[in-house]
Amino acid sequence: MKRLMTATLTSLCLAPVAQAEVTRVGFATEPYPPFATLDASGELQGWEVDITRAVCDAAELECEIVTTSWDGLIPALTGDKLDVIAASLSITDQRRETIAFSDKYYQTPAALAGAKGDDLKTTSGGLAGKTLGVQSASIHQAYAQVHFPESILREYQTQDDANQDLFAGRLDATLADRLIIEQFLDSKEGQLCCEMQATVTQDQETLGEGIGFGVRQADDALRERLNEGIAEIRANGTYDEITARYFDFDIYGEPDT
Amino acid sequence: MNYRDMSMAELLALAPPGWGGVLLDGLWLSLQVAGGGYLLGLLIGMAGAAGKLSGGPVIRDLLTCYTTVIRAVPELVLILLVYFAMPEALSHLLAMVGLGEVEIGPFAAGIVVIALVQGAYATEVMRGAIRAIPYGQIEAAYSLGMSTAKTFRRITLPAMLPGALPGLSNLWLIATKDTALLAVVGFTELTLAARQAAGATKHHLLFLCAAGVLYLLVSLVSNLLFKVLERRATRGLSHG
Amino acid sequence: MVESRLPLHRLGLIAAAGVAVTLMALQMRWDWLLDYHDAILGGLWLTLILLVTTSVAGFLLAIPLGLVQAAGPRPLAWLARCFCTLIRGTPLLLQIWLLYYGLGSLFPYLPGIRESWLWPYLIEAWPYAFAALTLSFAGYEGEVMRGAFAGVPRGELEAARSLGMHPLTILRRIWLPRAVQRVLPTLNGELVIQLKATPLVATIAALDTYAVFGRIRQETYLVYEPLLLMALIYLVLAGLITLAFSFLERSWSRRSAGD
Repeated sequence: MKRLMTATLTSLCLAPVAQAEVTRVGFATEPYPPFATLDASGELQGWEVDITRAVCDAAELECEIVTTSWDGLIPALTGDKLDVIAASLSITDQRRETIAFSDKYYQTPAALAGAKGDDLKTTSGGLAGKTLGVQSASIHQAYAQVHFPESILREYQTQDDANQDLFAGRLDATLADRLIIEQFLDSKEGQLCCEMQATVTQDQETLGEGIGFGVRQADDALRERLNEGIAEIRANGTYDEITARYFDFDIYGEPDT
Repeated sequence: MNYRDMSMAELLALAPPGWGGVLLDGLWLSLQVAGGGYLLGLLIGMAGAAGKLSGGPVIRDLLTCYTTVIRAVPELVLILLVYFAMPEALSHLLAMVGLGEVEIGPFAAGIVVIALVQGAYATEVMRGAIRAIPYGQIEAAYSLGMSTAKTFRRITLPAMLPGALPGLSNLWLIATKDTALLAVVGFTELTLAARQAAGATKHHLLFLCAAGVLYLLVSLVSNLLFKVLERRATRGLSHG
Repeated sequence: MVESRLPLHRLGLIAAAGVAVTLMALQMRWDWLLDYHDAILGGLWLTLILLVTTSVAGFLLAIPLGLVQAAGPRPLAWLARCFCTLIRGTPLLLQIWLLYYGLGSLFPYLPGIRESWLWPYLIEAWPYAFAALTLSFAGYEGEVMRGAFAGVPRGELEAARSLGMHPLTILRRIWLPRAVQRVLPTLNGELVIQLKATPLVATIAALDTYAVFGRIRQETYLVYEPLLLMALIYLVLAGLITLAFSFLERSWSRRSAGD
């Protein structure tokens, strides 16, 4: 009996990683509409999911979608639980010290949402004394720390939590990806409480160079194949076709940044 | 999906677009992790109690370190350690002896953490229960020529059960509730399932309360079952 | 104790632990401590404040909860029991989320709430953390207090009653002190459990020790060091609680022995 339990235990946790050709692509478990959300049947859906599948097809990779918590993604990648991160991860120099990035596959500006009727400015001092919600360890937190030092910063585990608290009135504003903000403002709750206050000027230092797939630094071959995949779906129209299903404008941003 | 105009019954329906199925899936996962962790924890507890009672001084000291550390460090921190740090450390060790890498998924990590925590508490519960057995009973078994294993199975185990059951039933309840902490590493057990349903539908109160009711049912049913077990285990003892 | 407290094998174990700690200190990266030590101290402060205030408030709440269950009128006893069952039957994380996000989702539909005097507190995270941890401690300790009240020998209470003592005086002078004396040995464990529950507040944007180390992990991408230090901090805190209690118990028993 005891030996049986030990055997199951070993097979359960110490199973050697299968050296199959499957590429494990990690998404965050937390909902991030319209990029990646779990629906009621437990399936991941959204623009980023579709794009990732298309890139995998174009690069002839057999991809398997794995979900893990947002703050566990990079440790999971370096710890070899994942091969690729596809969770709207911004390309920043700080992250480059730990992981490598593919070319960008989209880039959207940051925007500030606040209660209706408030007149919030993203200029220096415009948020003095205001409570500002950001996602913990996101580029928007980095931006806020540099550009709005006089605001009261609150860190949330997910942007969804921050939106929820903006709706509840616990926050004066939240700074996030413009698309995420628009998505929230389109929802019933968003329409009820809030409006877009301003966009911020691009700052490569904190806001990064766009969104790319994260891979391990040693995985040059995988990175190359992902880049080829991105280039191919950009060229053959698949990218625009998928984008048209979710957005009414091109979210790729400026070419060659 | 317009969730705001849906009725409560529609929101909790088992089939999508209702989220009831997601909650039940989460509950099933929670119970699996709790059950696996609990059983493993019992084994650790038995071994630990045996080691503390009849092991050498080194084993006793090491076991004391184990129970002290596990009972002092928050489960949340232990989960992070097992999920992120342990696989890396193990992989390094295995690489040194030329073996492959290991991977610990959230499911296995959950079971390991719960087993480690349960094992530490179960060690103390069982040690206390075994020490409460009159030593003459065990001596008598040995003098009849019973082997150690047989003595354990036929004398020690049944004799300690009545004393250990209340503590063990309490541990099972702790195990079911500790699974909720796995939500923090993104494992979609019942609590995170409820949070996802709440986030998608914006019906926060409804889904968090629904999950609460499910947990409560689990604990009430478990209480009943353990009461029955206790009555069986103490049968015949009350005359003494 | 017959044998010496430091037999050979224990010296060996201590030496092994010493070597391990030295290796960790020398081989691992600790330079981030300079950048983050203010944040860590801040987190530690919140953890300690939460631990102390919620334990005290929770214990004060547990006294009536236990008393009512042991000797109160039926409906009150039933209510108290329901409360304890609810708290003990559901995970604390769920309770915290229910309080914070569940209540928060109602705010927009409650007109006038933003003008009320409560609003400055409702927008902060700590009141919810305080409330959830206090209620949790009260729920578990209320059950313990029920047993403690019921376990005080009837004879002592009857003796007091026959001396003509007022029921409130009996409660204050005999019943409560005797019950508290009975739970004191278990309080140490309950406090350590409460300490281990505090990291859950990090999920509602409160910056406690756990949350600070979470940020350190995300910003430095170090796998082992922050986790190990965080575990060590909680270990030391739990050790301090236990030390304080054994000191209290020793001085308590010395005092009662001297009587």
